[in-house]
Amino acid sequence: MTTRRMIILGGLGAAGALVVGYALWPSNRIGRADAMAARPGERFVSNWIKIATDGTITVVLPHCDMGTGIFTALPQMAAEELDADWSMVRAEAAPADPLFANGALGEGFILSGKGIYPENIPAFLRGTVDNGFRTIAEFMNLQVTGGSSAVRATGVYGIRIAGAAAREMLVKAAAARWSVSPDECATKMSRVIHTASGRSFGYGELAGEAANFDASSHPRLKPRADYTIVGTSPPRFDIPRKVNGTTHYGVDLVQPGILYAAIRISPVFGGRLIGVDASPIAGKRGIVKLVRLDDAVVVVADRFWRARDGVAALNPVFDHRGNGSVSSALIAARRTAALNGELKSDVKTGSGADALSAGRVIQATYQVPYLAHAPMEPMNATALYKDGTLEVWSGTQDGLGSRAQCAKTAGLAMDKVTFHLLPMGGGFGRRLPGSFNFLDYAVKTAMAVPGRPVKLIFTREQDMQHDYYRPNVMSRFRATLGADGMPVAWVNDYTTDDSANTEAHILYSIPNQAISSVKVPTHVPVGPWRSVEASWHGFFIESFVDELAHRAKMDPVAYRLKLLAGKPRHAAVLKLAAEKAGWGAPMAAGRGRGIAIVECFQTIVAHVAEVTVAPDGSVKVDRIVSVVDAAMPVSPDGLIAQVEGAIVFGLSAALYGEITIDRGAVTQANFPDYPMVHLAECPEIEITLQENDAHVGGGGEPGVPPVAPAVTNAIFAATGVRLRDLPIATQLAAHKQSASM
Amino acid sequence: MTVRLNINGTVHDLDVEPDAPLLWVIRDEVGLTGTKFGCGVASCGACTVHINGEAQRSCVIPVSSVAGAEITTIEGLSASGPTPVQEAWIAHQVPQCGYCQSGMIMAVSALIAKNPSPTDQQLSDAVTNICRCGTYPRIRAAVRALATVKG
Repeated sequence: MTTRRMIILGGLGAAGALVVGYALWPSNRIGRADAMAARPGERFVSNWIKIATDGTITVVLPHCDMGTGIFTALPQMAAEELDADWSMVRAEAAPADPLFANGALGEGFILSGKGIYPENIPAFLRGTVDNGFRTIAEFMNLQVTGGSSAVRATGVYGIRIAGAAAREMLVKAAAARWSVSPDECATKMSRVIHTASGRSFGYGELAGEAANFDASSHPRLKPRADYTIVGTSPPRFDIPRKVNGTTHYGVDLVQPGILYAAIRISPVFGGRLIGVDASPIAGKRGIVKLVRLDDAVVVVADRFWRARDGVAALNPVFDHRGNGSVSSALIAARRTAALNGELKSDVKTGSGADALSAGRVIQATYQVPYLAHAPMEPMNATALYKDGTLEVWSGTQDGLGSRAQCAKTAGLAMDKVTFHLLPMGGGFGRRLPGSFNFLDYAVKTAMAVPGRPVKLIFTREQDMQHDYYRPNVMSRFRATLGADGMPVAWVNDYTTDDSANTEAHILYSIPNQAISSVKVPTHVPVGPWRSVEASWHGFFIESFVDELAHRAKMDPVAYRLKLLAGKPRHAAVLKLAAEKAGWGAPMAAGRGRGIAIVECFQTIVAHVAEVTVAPDGSVKVDRIVSVVDAAMPVSPDGLIAQVEGAIVFGLSAALYGEITIDRGAVTQANFPDYPMVHLAECPEIEITLQENDAHVGGGGEPGVPPVAPAVTNAIFAATGVRLRDLPIATQLAAHKQSASM
Repeated sequence: MTVRLNINGTVHDLDVEPDAPLLWVIRDEVGLTGTKFGCGVASCGACTVHINGEAQRSCVIPVSSVAGAEITTIEGLSASGPTPVQEAWIAHQVPQCGYCQSGMIMAVSALIAKNPSPTDQQLSDAVTNICRCGTYPRIRAAVRALATVKG
């Protein structure tokens, strides 16, 4: 039986369009999963490339635009293999349909040779795992944009191969017209050329015929030395519309007869609505309906501000389900107790924790707070329930997963549900599967007002208080140093809300390691937040290594370099960052320099932070010098932009970010009490990219994790104060207060 | 009751409550969606528009207080192609998700109109909008380039 059949999608797009596509597996593939996973990297070609008769090449992407530049970088990868005329290349998002599921990500990248087990699912995708990962079908409903995976997975395993396959088919079509061998043909600037005669056809002329040819199972891929498009930085396609207000995000959707909805969710997570008195909004202008959900009240009105004011006027009563007295202090106490209880071992090398007996034990415990994502566009979705069908519009990080979620929430079959994926005003993990409360509420609201489209918009307060947070994590380290000052034993115990974290594994070569975790779930929902596990373990590991270096009275760069023996890429990144930053040059009193290196999503990043700590304890981060090894920058300027953004994102979190829990609910509500870095606090940022032949690394996230430890290490260098809890602003103030008492 | 608003040179007589927030009236009544909702408390600046040439955060402005004023949104910033600020934004590839950029561009444009060559400090003092994607280094570079051209 054919496991994978190439199909020609006639009539898609412009007349005569060529669509390079391969039929995907049937949605229920449980029985064939092993065979699939055992054959990685062979032909992960998919439905990604359309060529119109006018020569326009449209790369149809199983992704969404959240501003990371992948709608330009992925077309670059296709165009490179196609030998396309870049000026004729476009990009669009694929429909939220199983045909366009991202096999390159699901099969090629994640499951390649590893088998289908929960531990093989990366953290950023755990939300796709339904009920303990019972069905692979749901997992394969992937159109996820996350995990810094677009270039390194979709691009490498899907888009560039689709480009190469399309090129081969176009050559075959031209060769057939000329009755020559394809080997006699070359391609350049969207033309197939018969080398001997100099005759040529444009791709647009050939598209219709090319679709009748098959590509080989392993289309020729260009050697990197021949690249002319990948490795350059063409202007992003999406930017002109983003400077004049014409990009239409989810929240901008307009539909005839649209209604607006505002929500108040039980402030205590998991609470249940007991009741609400509708009289405060009775007779108010524009109010259409009060909708009572299990855990929320929704007011539907003809305009958003009327819905918002309406819901604010209500006094719903919720049952807190036993969580009404949970506080951050209580959660911290539970985490501390758990670390002193039974732990689950993840890594043990050498004699593990037994090696601690070799010397004096150095111990430190760190903690990071819950963090909200707070993308600039608050959560929203528009839904229309009519005649047993559902139509939904929203910006999410997984179109197909969103459609599946809406179907499930509505109790409808997938084919009764249409999902329109719209651009997002920021994602950062907030809009990934597993974090779809805004879709659920929009669907339930729409079902209460059938026949009318309803746009549900979270206020910023609801967005911040009903997020899926970066978890609060506690991590305890113990180590002993040898006579040379280098660590002999590394023992790390940390808390987790779900499973063991692979990002707790260390880069450094230390002979005896024991890394263990303990699961301490709370009622606070957690989810992937830009760089996921690396966002906390990066801070923990790079802080503790720094402590060990100082304890050994060794330079933090030299110390790390010794620990990175046998890892030339990492050592090169670290050394270059130190060199670019002028590591070791004297600094004025109150100023300090700190370094940190983290590898995640296959990219290595080292940051050197320079800080000034004022006598009043306030910190200014003056400069961050960064070296990034993503092996092959597809768009170097695009990668630099992502790392700049990651540094600012990481800095907001490091300096200010803290979600606290009081009486079961989130304390912070809006930007004034969940502050961000502004232009005024943005340091000078200098980024250098490294290039080599390793597998291309991710771009969106890896710049985040080293920020916090580079800054706290710099604060230590400046002041001798070691911050083991974040955020910096409140911790440094607390330290100053306790020191003065 | 009716409120008369002059938005981008067009007069709209709108049947809305006097305390309706300007942001939502611009978006939902007038149908101009380039001005964004970010926080609702005048903290993030995504909703920045010009009112008589001044950058103002429209999410907390009651419409009745700006009746008769000249209101400009991102859609009305230029009648003929991108402005120098917008061109600088393209040249420096500033936006990422782009959601905050309407407000950023309105805030920067108001500053540049008064002070064509702002220093970094003047820029930071005048433009306190939030960008979660972290495009500040490029905003700074774009404004420095504008300042060089003008200066």
